[in-house]
Amino acid sequence: MRLKLEKRPEPSLLMLVAAPVASVLLTMIIGVVVFDLIGIKGAKAVMDIFLTPILSPVKWQDVAAKAAPLIIIALGLSVGNRAQVWNIGAEGQYVIGALAAAGVGIAAGASGGPDVLLLMIAAGMIGGAAWGGIPALLRTRFNVNEILSSLMLTYVALQVLGFMVGGPWKDPNGRNFPATAPLADNQTLPIIVPGTTIHLGVAVAVILPFVFWILMSRSVFGFQIRVVGSAPNAARHGGFDAGRTIWLAMLIGGGMAGLAGSLEFSGMLHKIDLGFPSGYGFTAIIVSFLGRLNPIGCLVAGIVMAVTYVGGQMAQTSVHIPNSTAGIFQAMMLFFILASDILVRYRVRLLPSAKTVGAGE
Amino acid sequence: MAQISRRTLIKGAGALATAAMIGKPALAADKIKVGFIFLGPIGDYGWTWAHNKGREAIDAALGDKVETIYVENVAEDASAIPVIRDLAQQGCKLIFTTSYGYMDQTIQVAGEFPDVKFEHCTGFKRADNVSTYNSKFHEGRAVLGTIAGKMSKSGTLGYLGSYKVPEVVLGVNAFALAAQKQNPAATVKLVLIDSWFDPPKEAAATETLINLGCDIVTTHTDSPGPLQILEQKGLFGFGQGADMSQFAPTAHLTAIEDIWGPYYVARAQAIVDGKWASADTWDGFKEGTVMIAPYNPAVPADVVALADGVQAGYKDGTYNIFTGPIYAQDGTLKVKEGEVMADADLATIDWFVKGVESAS
Repeated sequence: MRLKLEKRPEPSLLMLVAAPVASVLLTMIIGVVVFDLIGIKGAKAVMDIFLTPILSPVKWQDVAAKAAPLIIIALGLSVGNRAQVWNIGAEGQYVIGALAAAGVGIAAGASGGPDVLLLMIAAGMIGGAAWGGIPALLRTRFNVNEILSSLMLTYVALQVLGFMVGGPWKDPNGRNFPATAPLADNQTLPIIVPGTTIHLGVAVAVILPFVFWILMSRSVFGFQIRVVGSAPNAARHGGFDAGRTIWLAMLIGGGMAGLAGSLEFSGMLHKIDLGFPSGYGFTAIIVSFLGRLNPIGCLVAGIVMAVTYVGGQMAQTSVHIPNSTAGIFQAMMLFFILASDILVRYRVRLLPSAKTVGAGE
Repeated sequence: MAQISRRTLIKGAGALATAAMIGKPALAADKIKVGFIFLGPIGDYGWTWAHNKGREAIDAALGDKVETIYVENVAEDASAIPVIRDLAQQGCKLIFTTSYGYMDQTIQVAGEFPDVKFEHCTGFKRADNVSTYNSKFHEGRAVLGTIAGKMSKSGTLGYLGSYKVPEVVLGVNAFALAAQKQNPAATVKLVLIDSWFDPPKEAAATETLINLGCDIVTTHTDSPGPLQILEQKGLFGFGQGADMSQFAPTAHLTAIEDIWGPYYVARAQAIVDGKWASADTWDGFKEGTVMIAPYNPAVPADVVALADGVQAGYKDGTYNIFTGPIYAQDGTLKVKEGEVMADADLATIDWFVKGVESAS
């Protein structure tokens, strides 16, 4: 007897949705069992990590703040991933976007208000898109693999950040610590829910997935992205230009990352220092796949991911488990989703053992 | 070896956690809560490990009146704000944020909780309920520089740094100046890796320094990774933040130990007594905040005497490495003969001394 994987003609919608949900549940169950085995109250730990962050009257704000950049970046990356254009450099595009916004803020001097803020955000998107455009140019002109170039440009972006905040944009009142001067109040994003920390950027992260959903499912552009990704040959025959798709995917991915960077900068800490890049651009890749490259999926996945972060930090003080636990949960979740993916797309069949050498099966 | 001890550490933490739960109900309500925000894992055996020792000192000294909690691996971005706020919401009366990158986050949360006192390590922004504290690590670097200058055969020393912030610049300068007192031709090659804790990156940078001809490397990052590389190559180095000799018994010449316990206990005691006030503290050898770990037998007796002399000089105020003449990298005279740099100038320093070779 041997196992054989057979491709399903059409994966069912139910299974596509059920797989991630089941993965999260399975992660929680295994978490309870493992914690109980090592002598920590498992149910309490898993409650703290997965449920308290959304149910607590204050913690949901932290989840929202953490999820917003993840969702926005993941939306942009999903477009590229659908078209099989792999942008690994969202972290760098996020940094350059924030720096571009900071540049506008600094250039505006004492003036602020909605106009300046809009300009800052626009600059963030353009900055991120420009940084994402470099791998697109390299790929379309010189056939350079965009996975490598976009990733490596992230490190270049970090050097640019270090140079700017340690040199030309260093806060004159900052005692020679590398950081920009804090933004004036009239250059920061408004709080939209009084009495909370929910700023305008969070609203953007909630609205954008629906915009992307309409764009991807209803427009010719969305169709093009899907066709290029799933059937490149058919796309060529249909007259869709592969080069143009690469450009669009990288510019949108970069633009969204830049948007997230400018919103985080103007909405949260109001300054840029060397601690600013903390991995949102990389985590968003996971969010994009966790959300099955679907805009609404990204919204949900971004929230789930943020919950594990916030919950992991809370569980450190409530049940005294180490911070790495959150990382283990995230990894477990991703593992289950990828594993279940096989079962969603393929069916397992038992075959009687054959004499022929079935290499590779 | 590291893995084994780390595993026992986790087991120990688990046992502690269960013990804490069993003994909790009766006492918890009466105790004053003190919270800690940690940059790395408490098992980094360096910076965060030393701060955690300080936290344990509070438990040991004031355990009947004070309960401590901590959060480790807190990123130095905006997401630190909710973590600090969480400690305040959990009822902490005193919160230590133990890295420079939490400065504005600490100030922001302190504004929301005027009744909670905050202590920010290595920053400069204070408020009525925010103190700052720091340690004169550069005094320890002068001891390491003395040893390195005397013991290096090539005269080329390596310095593995994190970021170009005043604390690191001070360390580099103190190390270079002290080495040049022993060997005027000594040069210091500097590599900054833009991280405080990243063992693979630290190891790679150490390899680079070795390839550049450095035979002694001192680290201003937090893991014992670089020492392990030096051990393999038969070269020498120093521990950072804590005695790291267990990771490199031959290569580890000595270490700068950060001793936070006395300060932490004093500040927690002040909360218990209701006498806490905002202050700026910058202590060194004299106050016992900086200490030098036991010397490796490889350090010759005359070098030990020199190193002990530097320590004694700092304790009685007769030694200061930042005494002129001091020249900047490009050769311009920065501090005149006989002049001593003031603490205020040291705290904002952004230039390297002559003999330091760096990219920036």
